[in-house]
Amino acid sequence: MLRWWISDSRRLGVEAHGVTRAHKWWFLRRMTQIFVLAIFMTGPLLGFWIARGNFASSQLLGLVDLSDPYIFLQSLVGRHWPILPAITGALLIAAIYILVGGRAYCGWVCPVNVVTDAAYWMREKTGLTRDRKLDKRTRLFILAGTLIASALTGTIAWEFLNPVSLLQRAFITGIGIGWVIILAVFLLDLFVARRAWCSHLCPVGAFYGLLGRVSLVRVSARDREACTDCGACFNICPEPHVIVPALKGSGDDTRLILHGDCQNCGGCIDSCPVDVFRMTTRVRP
Amino acid sequence: MAPSKRKVTRRQALTETAKAAGVACLGGFSLAAFIKSADPVDARALRPPGALSEAAFQVACVHCGLCVEACPYGTLSLAEWGEGAPLGTPFFTARETPCYMCKDIPCAKACPTGALDRDLPSIRDANMGVAVLVGHETCLNYKGLNCSICVRVCPIRGEAISLEDQEINGRKLKIPVVHSDKCTGCGTCEKQCVLGHAAIRVLPRDLGLGGKGRNRAGRNF
Repeated sequence: MLRWWISDSRRLGVEAHGVTRAHKWWFLRRMTQIFVLAIFMTGPLLGFWIARGNFASSQLLGLVDLSDPYIFLQSLVGRHWPILPAITGALLIAAIYILVGGRAYCGWVCPVNVVTDAAYWMREKTGLTRDRKLDKRTRLFILAGTLIASALTGTIAWEFLNPVSLLQRAFITGIGIGWVIILAVFLLDLFVARRAWCSHLCPVGAFYGLLGRVSLVRVSARDREACTDCGACFNICPEPHVIVPALKGSGDDTRLILHGDCQNCGGCIDSCPVDVFRMTTRVRP
Repeated sequence: MAPSKRKVTRRQALTETAKAAGVACLGGFSLAAFIKSADPVDARALRPPGALSEAAFQVACVHCGLCVEACPYGTLSLAEWGEGAPLGTPFFTARETPCYMCKDIPCAKACPTGALDRDLPSIRDANMGVAVLVGHETCLNYKGLNCSICVRVCPIRGEAISLEDQEINGRKLKIPVVHSDKCTGCGTCEKQCVLGHAAIRVLPRDLGLGGKGRNRAGRNF
């Protein structure tokens, strides 16, 4: 008897490998998300400072400056040339995500991911299937829109709405009515469309997706001959279109999932009952 | 994302490009309009020491909160919705917690983007705002008392606010007068004012001093 809380897309994986292994990457992701938020929270809460600031810009152990490259870009477009810590910090963060996969930010760091995953889980459990078709490219146009707005107003435009910043600040310094935006994202994902926010609208994800097109760490469908067409990976994947070329290609086609939209979340690895997928790098496809 | 191998006619390509550009522009202009609805010219929020002018601050500040965490007195906070400063930007409310004018200016030193000037030579050069005596009917000194709390608590003692002899309606009074060239807008006077609402308030400099204007004939003054 399977436990009720296990999502449908993991059931085959759980039957083949047990609950623990079918949640391995999910667990690592959640731990990373909690860890990243926690190092910012110990200071304000306990007076023990590991990282100061928040994801927009921060200082790690009083030594390393980190900055969000998307916010940095909006600042540039709005005609402010930041001073050195923000420049080096943005380059460093961009370099890290070029290494580990651009949208690894979405799957492994962003706190809104927990909200949207929860909404998706509730969609499964409540049988809500209503799915307004949104174009996945919309987020790229919104991304362009935020840069236009930054240039027009001379502000960091997306930060007036960004639920990602709102939610992390909620944990680090607290928010009041900003919860409304987080709730809106949850309801959008629950009632309007499957994975509406992260996979269709969020310009932050779109930006990191562009970085991810060249990233080193990738998921590979190394044993694609073993695929039984059970569909578990497509069900669990927030961006199912990225899997197709790697899994269904033939002959010399690459088995790496190279699409920038892939979050490197490892959901496909967790859910697959026959071990088709691996977390690997471009060097070892 | 559409598969790259599909056949696209010129007409489809043009329509899709126009649609995409339309969505981007509509989104961009709407967001711009939303932002402009909070016009920085009328901003009342007091910024940390060394802050750029309000318009320049809006594009330089990334809302990271490093200044907030650097302040040893908990003066600063990042604005939430409806708090009078644009969402996420640092500000302080003088009546609650004023700026204590640290000599080493830790908040400005912590700023990673240049929104606060790290090289501000002295905290006395900080321009957070300017104190304005707004309570000309309620200020106790105007009523003939010698309250002078604001003068006595001012950290730039005797320079930023002083008591001046004035004769009002035939009475000799000692009236607190702010010297705007010395006042940094730290807000200590506003914090300590004994009235229910402070009779002396710190406002952003443009708002507090009136600023330059132009009459209908076009003459500047």
